[in-house]
Amino acid sequence: MAARIEPIAGRYVHLTLGGRPCRVYFEEAGTGIPLLCLHTAGSDGRQFRHLMNDPAVTDHFRVVAFDLPWHGKSTPPAGWQDEEYTLTTAAYVEAVMTFSRALDLERPVVMGCSMGGRIVLELAAGHGRELGAVIGLEAADHQTPWYDTEWLHRPDVHGGEVCAALVSGLVGAPAPDEHRWETLWGYMQSGPGVFKGDLYFYRVDSDFRERVAGIDTRDCPVHLLTGSYDFSCTPEDTLRTAGKIKGAEAQIMEGLGHFPMSEDPARFREYILPVLDRLRAARA
Amino acid sequence: MIERLSELVNVDEALVRRGRFLTCDFLVEVGEMPYHVSVERGRIASVTRGPVLMRPWRFAIRATEDAWREFWQPVPRPGYHDLFALTRFGRARIEGDLQPLMANLRYIKDVLEAPRRLARSA
Repeated sequence: MAARIEPIAGRYVHLTLGGRPCRVYFEEAGTGIPLLCLHTAGSDGRQFRHLMNDPAVTDHFRVVAFDLPWHGKSTPPAGWQDEEYTLTTAAYVEAVMTFSRALDLERPVVMGCSMGGRIVLELAAGHGRELGAVIGLEAADHQTPWYDTEWLHRPDVHGGEVCAALVSGLVGAPAPDEHRWETLWGYMQSGPGVFKGDLYFYRVDSDFRERVAGIDTRDCPVHLLTGSYDFSCTPEDTLRTAGKIKGAEAQIMEGLGHFPMSEDPARFREYILPVLDRLRAARA
Repeated sequence: MIERLSELVNVDEALVRRGRFLTCDFLVEVGEMPYHVSVERGRIASVTRGPVLMRPWRFAIRATEDAWREFWQPVPRPGYHDLFALTRFGRARIEGDLQPLMANLRYIKDVLEAPRRLARSA
């Protein structure tokens, strides 16, 4: 067979989350240290496909990304049709830890982007001893809202179109068109109200400004990387957060925006590979 | 820059098609100078330098001359590269009835960014 087949494999795992059965989709590639990847709000785990196709990563890491319930190929739990989806800190932590334990991931490095970058701070504070490290991409303990989320889910504005058009400027200006638009396609595909429901966590239920000082980086190292074009989680937000966590390391990624792993994978790997190398060396 | 919106937008078939459900007048303010932009089914029908007394508009986008100059660079620097980056940092304001803007957001953003092409070809 001559066709190129990627090393990524996708499967479904059945978890109980919030007391309800959930069918959760995940993808993985590689062997070694578990690297659990958390997608952004209103998108799904496909954002990490470039890392999963990079032997420099997969030779040393078992890269795993799952779609939160309501996202990607993880369907909402039964009864969803009469609910308004809202993600909370407690539900998000439960989803990540339940998934990680279900797959027997041993002290995984948890890398999340945007709201995924926010939750890794809480994971480091509350579950640091179970984790190998956290990497927060476009992560901060809090940030200032820059638009009204009421626009995201209403009948007179197309939800997929407006979600993508709102976040389009968060992609770094130099990003290649192909990857820019694939990143935005993820937002266009999100189910109605899902991005808005995620932003409940991001805007309302995750002010970790008091929480992050409690992170012990001897148990759980913290690496924060933020793109220079990110005006949602700004470089200043990230540097301020890192300054409050003793031992945390922060880096600003020039030319990248809010979706580094998917908007410009070649540029991102220049920043992330040295971090992964260091985590690997520390674990050896 | 903004005076040339018609020629920049109307030759772009994909952009006109994207805006085909929009017919609307909006205001772009460059510093103190208001420009009335009239869209008819995705085509820029006219750009009129104001002020024009008593001419209505659905929404207005106002920014300083400096902000627009940076915004229209071929590869704008961080903080000036997107309409919402401008508003986030207080360099632009959006006012009026936002529904037609939000329902056609990609189109309007692409229209506002069209002058970057002039800088690229210069």
